[in-house]
Amino acid sequence: MQDELNHLSTRVTKGLLTRRQFFGRAAALGVTVAAANSMLASAAKAAGPVKGGTMKLGASGGESTDTQDPTLTTSEVPLYNLRHWGETLVDVTETGDLDMRMAENVESSADAKKWIFKIRKDINFSNGKTMTPEDVLMTMQRHSSEDSQSGALGIMRGIENMSVDGENFVVELAIGNADLPYLMADYHLMIQPGGGFDDPGAGIGTGPYTIEFDEPGVRHGFKRRDDYWDSENRGHAEFSEQLVLNDATARTAALQSGQVNMINRVDPKVADLLGRSPNLTVKSVTGRGHYVFVMHTDTAPFDNNDLRLALKYAVNREEMVKKVLRGYGTIGNDMPINGSYPLFDDTIPQRAFSLEKAAEHYKKSGHDGSPIILRTADGAFPGAVDAAALFQQSAQAAGIPLEIKREPNDGYWSEVWNVQPFCMSYWSGRPVQDQMYSTAYLSTADWNETRFKVSEFDEMVLAARAEVDEAKRKEIYSKMGRMVRDDGGLILPMFNDFVDAVDNNVGGYFDDPNGALMNNKAPIKCWINS
Amino acid sequence: MHLILKLVAQRIALGLLLLIAASILIFVGTSILPGDVAQSILGQTATPEALANMRRELGLNEPVLTRYFSWLGGFLQGDLGTALTNGRDIAESLGGRLKNTLFLAFWAALISVPLAIFLGLLAVRYKDRWPDKLISAVTLATISVPEFMIGYILIYFVTIKWGVFSSVAIINKEMLLGEKLNAIAVPVMVLTLVVLAHMMRMTRAAILNVMQSAYIETAELKGLGMLKIISKHAFPNAVAPIVNVVMLNLAYLVVGVVVVEVVFAYPGMGQYLVDHVSKRDVPVVQACGLIFAAVYIGLNLIADIVSILANPRLRHPK
Repeated sequence: MQDELNHLSTRVTKGLLTRRQFFGRAAALGVTVAAANSMLASAAKAAGPVKGGTMKLGASGGESTDTQDPTLTTSEVPLYNLRHWGETLVDVTETGDLDMRMAENVESSADAKKWIFKIRKDINFSNGKTMTPEDVLMTMQRHSSEDSQSGALGIMRGIENMSVDGENFVVELAIGNADLPYLMADYHLMIQPGGGFDDPGAGIGTGPYTIEFDEPGVRHGFKRRDDYWDSENRGHAEFSEQLVLNDATARTAALQSGQVNMINRVDPKVADLLGRSPNLTVKSVTGRGHYVFVMHTDTAPFDNNDLRLALKYAVNREEMVKKVLRGYGTIGNDMPINGSYPLFDDTIPQRAFSLEKAAEHYKKSGHDGSPIILRTADGAFPGAVDAAALFQQSAQAAGIPLEIKREPNDGYWSEVWNVQPFCMSYWSGRPVQDQMYSTAYLSTADWNETRFKVSEFDEMVLAARAEVDEAKRKEIYSKMGRMVRDDGGLILPMFNDFVDAVDNNVGGYFDDPNGALMNNKAPIKCWINS
Repeated sequence: MHLILKLVAQRIALGLLLLIAASILIFVGTSILPGDVAQSILGQTATPEALANMRRELGLNEPVLTRYFSWLGGFLQGDLGTALTNGRDIAESLGGRLKNTLFLAFWAALISVPLAIFLGLLAVRYKDRWPDKLISAVTLATISVPEFMIGYILIYFVTIKWGVFSSVAIINKEMLLGEKLNAIAVPVMVLTLVVLAHMMRMTRAAILNVMQSAYIETAELKGLGMLKIISKHAFPNAVAPIVNVVMLNLAYLVVGVVVVEVVFAYPGMGQYLVDHVSKRDVPVVQACGLIFAAVYIGLNLIADIVSILANPRLRHPK
């Protein structure tokens, strides 16, 4: 019987038998639909990608103000667009390794100050021009020049000099950085012809698709390129379409009624219910994204470490994961790093909820009992207001006079976050520890939202960055983590999972902690089975 | 007739003044909101350099008055300008959205207006009997439920349970009329349910009011049928208030359906406007605001003219 089934499932993957026929014959052999389905899935995996068809994604995070210019990309829908037509020098894989894209290989000097990216030859942009190391250089210049508006400007800052040397693109740094290739995987840094100076939003790149239609805030359509260099691994569907569905119910309804093949951001409240539908699977992946309460360590009363510790102990992390994330997440340890990062030290003790310790530190801080104001908004992160309410209750139980002030979503990121001394925020994480710490915990960082300014910590960041010996690096990172955890202004109660859903016709899906829906690459890496 | 022309001319002139006033209000309003377009585009990832660069490029360092008059200058020459956020031509993107909005409003109106008036007449015919009560109860119930809720309920039953029509109402130029209608079927149902009660009840009340008159009694004594009395004698005299309510609801169908647009991902003007307001994209907000204002002014103008035409007393003022 097994042979017969194997034979049948192979015939389905070859397109000689429809799924329906297969289920019928499998049932005749006494196999349940669920078992038959998984059999089919493994046959599809073994058979490899199926070419053709239309992949439809229903995504939130798109607006009618969106553009295809990579420098201005901040939300998810434009990011999926970039992934269709563009590629970076390297990608980060699901296991945290480098996947060479426009670079063929990468080498560095012993002190990690000079990096040489060998650029692939014979790769064409979708406008027919051949991609050259000069295009790479100009792209990087557009993202790092003085008058750049790029979201990648921050990570380009450590670069002292960039040049082209034959077939190589060479980067020289003021201070060594062993993680530099990971920075080059940033999604803003899509290689564009002539660096994209002439027409930044043209959508011309080296990716597997070209733009068919582009209606911001409504839909974006792409057609596969016949001359794509890596068609074995990417660009399986003939057409790929992205519908902008910002409303959570509209998104799940579209997936349930079969109008799209995959959706991002499933509301944790409905994830369990949605997962019961027979034709689709809810995918939840632990990532590096986290939700935080941030205190300015240089502003009273938060300049007192005992008060900070009191607040840290007063958070009931388990309860928050259970009630705010509905279990789709993990508890945090007041440092922005978790097991999804390379070189994470899992021996750092987990801070536990303790009303006694909270009360003890609060008493020691000598706070005068005036209300401590926490600012929040719905837009800080999904469920932020609920999380604030939970925090207020547990803090009150410890005798801490925490008060919530609700702010409007509009203007929250400009007027409240990084301005007010105690508020809520979120981070999507970074591929490596160095980047996370350099972005938000270095004294000089623009987004140092906790005003954490410790010269000893800064020195450790730079030392770890240039350290090529992994064991030593791990040790330094461990120390840094403990320092932020015990002295910093960060309360990090939870890491949120990426919760997405994919219908069962989609093949080739795997979990990737780098971002939602396979780091936004599911539409170009997955295929349609039937 | 001469009087009506004069009235129309007066109203149009007044409407233009109102539009200018609206444009000033919108401009001031969006300037008062916290944050500017550069801050909104860059969001949480804004760095001081990137902000400064973007402000310089978009001309945000100019004073508010200068920006307003340069916008007004362009507008008077028919140039709506380009969106600050993505540099697209506003007239072009707005044109498509406006067409979609009018398309949805047209089909919703085509179904809801005759239906509401017919139900109103029916309610009068069977006043205080069960059809009247049933119509009132059902339409009041649908107007009381928030429109997104009606949308979700219909999506669940119509598209998921029964598998007919589409829960995503994204339409585009390449679609045939049939495909488009299939896509907007559910939102049209929602909008119909939302606007029905208001128009139906006004029709009912206005006609009942007329039904008290002596000439209706005369008609009755002449032995005319009830429906005939209502449609021939009562309705023409009740048309003014009904038209007013119909116009208000038509205006709502054009300018007020953003919630329905979001639920069905319909590419209309409401969503377009909201996106640009949250990004402080003033030229686009101005253009949308003025179109919405013009729709209101225009529909009210029509309502007034119809009232005058329908009422001889207004046609010949003393």
